Amino acid sequence: MLRGMAVLLLLQAAGELLSAGLDLPVPGNVIGMILLFAALRWDLVNLETVKEASELLLANLGLLFVPAGVGVMVYFDLIRKEWLPLLVATVFSTFAVMAVTGWVDQLLARKEQNHAE
Amino acid sequence: MLNEWLQSPLFSLTLTIGIYVLAQAVYRRTAIILFNPVALAIAGIIGVLLSLDIPYATYDRGGRYLLFLLGPAVVALGVPLYQRRQEIVRRKLPILAGVAAGALTSVITASGTAWLLGASSSTVRSMAPKSVTTPIAIGIAEKIGGISPLTAAIVVATGCLGGMCGPEFCRLIGIRSPASAGLAVGTAAHGIGTARMLEIDRLGGAIAGLAIGLNGLVTAIIVPLLFILFPV
Repeated sequence: MLRGMAVLLLLQAAGELLSAGLDLPVPGNVIGMILLFAALRWDLVNLETVKEASELLLANLGLLFVPAGVGVMVYFDLIRKEWLPLLVATVFSTFAVMAVTGWVDQLLARKEQNHAE
Repeated sequence: MLNEWLQSPLFSLTLTIGIYVLAQAVYRRTAIILFNPVALAIAGIIGVLLSLDIPYATYDRGGRYLLFLLGPAVVALGVPLYQRRQEIVRRKLPILAGVAAGALTSVITASGTAWLLGASSSTVRSMAPKSVTTPIAIGIAEKIGGISPLTAAIVVATGCLGGMCGPEFCRLIGIRSPASAGLAVGTAAHGIGTARMLEIDRLGGAIAGLAIGLNGLVTAIIVPLLFILFPV
């Protein structure tokens, strides 16, 4: 468990370093995710080492977003000023993205499957 | 004494975890999607802080411990990605095309709708990166002249909305496979959507996690270009 946590933190640090050093548009923790995948893929890290710590964090991922969400309260005034366009654009756009992404993926995946058969 | 406790990190953490557990119980009992635990907990905690007159900065002295754990948690998304690598590699083209189409749709519909409804230029720009994870979204907003705190608030609202009803919406419009739904929810609603997807389906959750990174990358590239082409 603790060894797994140490590996996750180490890879996050490596990700932060890469992100800052190469001036990448992607944050360090996302790069850390790719690094962990690569480390597992090429047997640099054993799955058993990181499994327990990862499961614990991922099972409670929602909780970890709550404090940042509470931060919205600081910007109530900013939101109130143009709340209608903000609300309509956010709701419409969120559903539009899900529909387009899901349909494109499903359509192409089915097409590939048909080709394979 | 009581006041000291209310101002302490111990109170923030107790409040956050306590309300979240309560929100989970309400959600499980009622099965009403509006009572998404993340959204419900955020609303509940804001209510408590406002009624007790506790400023956000004071709350954050405890909240930041949980926020810190978000870093290694995102790294941990590499585990389901690895476990489901065969299925994911097999779908690489649909995944890339889906994310690219979704990223473009997000910027155009978010900024476009706000613009059509007469929002100010800085608000239109703040809307552009709304579907990507907060640190990427803030970086993009700053680059194109948006208001980064407003972007952060929109990103959280987007995540809650996608987490709340993303999987249900996908089913409703005929997106049947968990893989496609995961890609849709992860692309539209970043980490909060991914958290929900992980509870429903392991492959869907793994793909949603991947979508956070891919959408962040694509959006970071296309948004500055789009605003050069369409300087609203």
